[in-house]
Amino acid sequence: MSEEQKKFIKKQKREKRIVISIQLLTTFLFIITWQILANKKVINPFIFSSPKKIIETIISLYNNYNLFSHIMTTLYETIIAFLLGISLGFIIAILLYEFKILAKIVDPFLTMINSLPKVALGPIIIIWVGANINSIIVMSILINLIISIMTIYNGFLNTDPYKIKLLKSFKANKLQILTKLIIPESYSTIISSLKINISMSLIGN
Amino acid sequence: MNNILKITNLSKKYHTKNGEITAIKDINIEVNKGDFISLVGSSGCGKSTLLNIIANLESPSSGNITFSDENFKIGYMFQSDSLFPWLTIYENCLIGLKIQKINTKENQEYVLSLLKKYNLYDFKDKYPNCLSGGMKQRVALIRTLALKPNILLLDEPFNALDYQSRLAISNDVYEILKKENQTAIMVTHDLSECVSMSNKVYVLSKRPSTIKKIYNIELDNPSSPINNRKDKKFMEYYDKIWKDLDINV
Repeated sequence: MSEEQKKFIKKQKREKRIVISIQLLTTFLFIITWQILANKKVINPFIFSSPKKIIETIISLYNNYNLFSHIMTTLYETIIAFLLGISLGFIIAILLYEFKILAKIVDPFLTMINSLPKVALGPIIIIWVGANINSIIVMSILINLIISIMTIYNGFLNTDPYKIKLLKSFKANKLQILTKLIIPESYSTIISSLKINISMSLIGN
Repeated sequence: MNNILKITNLSKKYHTKNGEITAIKDINIEVNKGDFISLVGSSGCGKSTLLNIIANLESPSSGNITFSDENFKIGYMFQSDSLFPWLTIYENCLIGLKIQKINTKENQEYVLSLLKKYNLYDFKDKYPNCLSGGMKQRVALIRTLALKPNILLLDEPFNALDYQSRLAISNDVYEILKKENQTAIMVTHDLSECVSMSNKVYVLSKRPSTIKKIYNIELDNPSSPINNRKDKKFMEYYDKIWKDLDINV
C-alpha cells in the first residue's frame, strides 16, 4: 500500500469517527439540556416530562407490569402486519403491472383509500374483527398496504424500457421479464418501501 | 438467391387520438449474407420502427418480411448498453442464452472465447459499473453475439459515447462483425459512420419514410472504418448523402 493510499484510508476512518462522536455528543447534550430545563422549570415537566421521570417509569413498569411481554406483543403485531402488508402489496403491484387496464380502473380508489384517515376507522375495525390482536393487525395492514402497493408499482413502472426491449428481442415471455428484470431492478424501491412500512405498521399498532 | 432477409412493400401506420401517422411506406430491402447495411435519415423518420418490425417487436400494417430459414435469429443492440447492474459481465452475456433455455456448456464456452478474444476476459466477474462506456458496449455486443444471430440490428449503437470512444468502438465493432462474418443492419444519423462502415447505404426520406436512394459504397482501399474516413471517395459519398437528406438548417 502506498503512502497516499494509507493517508486516504486514515482520513476516511477519521471522518467516520468524527461523525459517530458528534452524533453521540448531540444525543447526550440533548438529554442533559432537557433534564436541566425541566429542573429549572423553564419547560413544564408535566407536559414535556424529563429523562429522569422516563427512566423511573420504565423501571416501575418493569417491576410491576411485566413490561417486556407487552413490548414483545407489540413487536409481534408489527412484524406480522408488516410482512403481510409488504407481501400483499408486492402481489397486488405485480397484478397491476401485468394488467394495465386494472391499474387504470383502481387508480382513483387507491388514492381515495389512501387519503382516508385510517385511525378513525379503528372502532369499526374492532366491531368487525373483534377486540383482539387481529384487529390491530388489520389496522396496521390498512395503513401500510396502499403505500406499499403504490411505491412498489411505481418502482416497476420505472424499469428501463430499453432493457425490456432487449429481453423481448430475446423472445422472453412475461414471466421471464418479471423475474429477470422488473423485480431485481425495483429492488431498491422495495427496500425503501420496507423502511417506510415498518414505521407505518407501528402507527397501526 | 443468397438473400437471407427480404423486406417487401413494408408500411407502418400509427394510430393516436389525433389521427393516424404513416411512419414508413413501401420499404423494399434485400440483405445478403455478410452485408453491412446502413439506414440513414433525419430524426423521427421511422428508422427505429423499421428495425422493431424486423425484430418482430412491432407488426407491420402491410407488406411482409421473409427470412432464409425457419429458425432465423435476430440480435438487437441499442444506443444504451442496457447491461443489468446486478449481474456480472459474464452473467450479463449469458442472459439471452438463459432466456432461450440454451445455456449449455458449449454456448458458455463460446461466450468465454468471445470475452477472451475481445479483451474482456479479465473483467468477466466484475460488475458493469467498473467498465468504461466503450467496454460496456462491447459486452452488449458479445451478449447479442452469444445467441449466434443470423442478422444483427444496430440502433444508433454508438450514440451514448464520446467522440473518441465512438471512433474506437465503431472500429472494434466493425472488426468483430467482419471476423464473425456477421450480417448487420445499422440505423444511424452519422453520415461518416455509415459511409465508413457499411457496404450499402439506404437513404430514407422524411415522414412518411420511403427509400430515397441506395448507395453501394465502393471505396478505393477499403480497410478499417477509421482508415476509410481518409479514402478519396469517402467525401464524395458523404456529400451526396448529405444532399439527399436535404436538411434545412
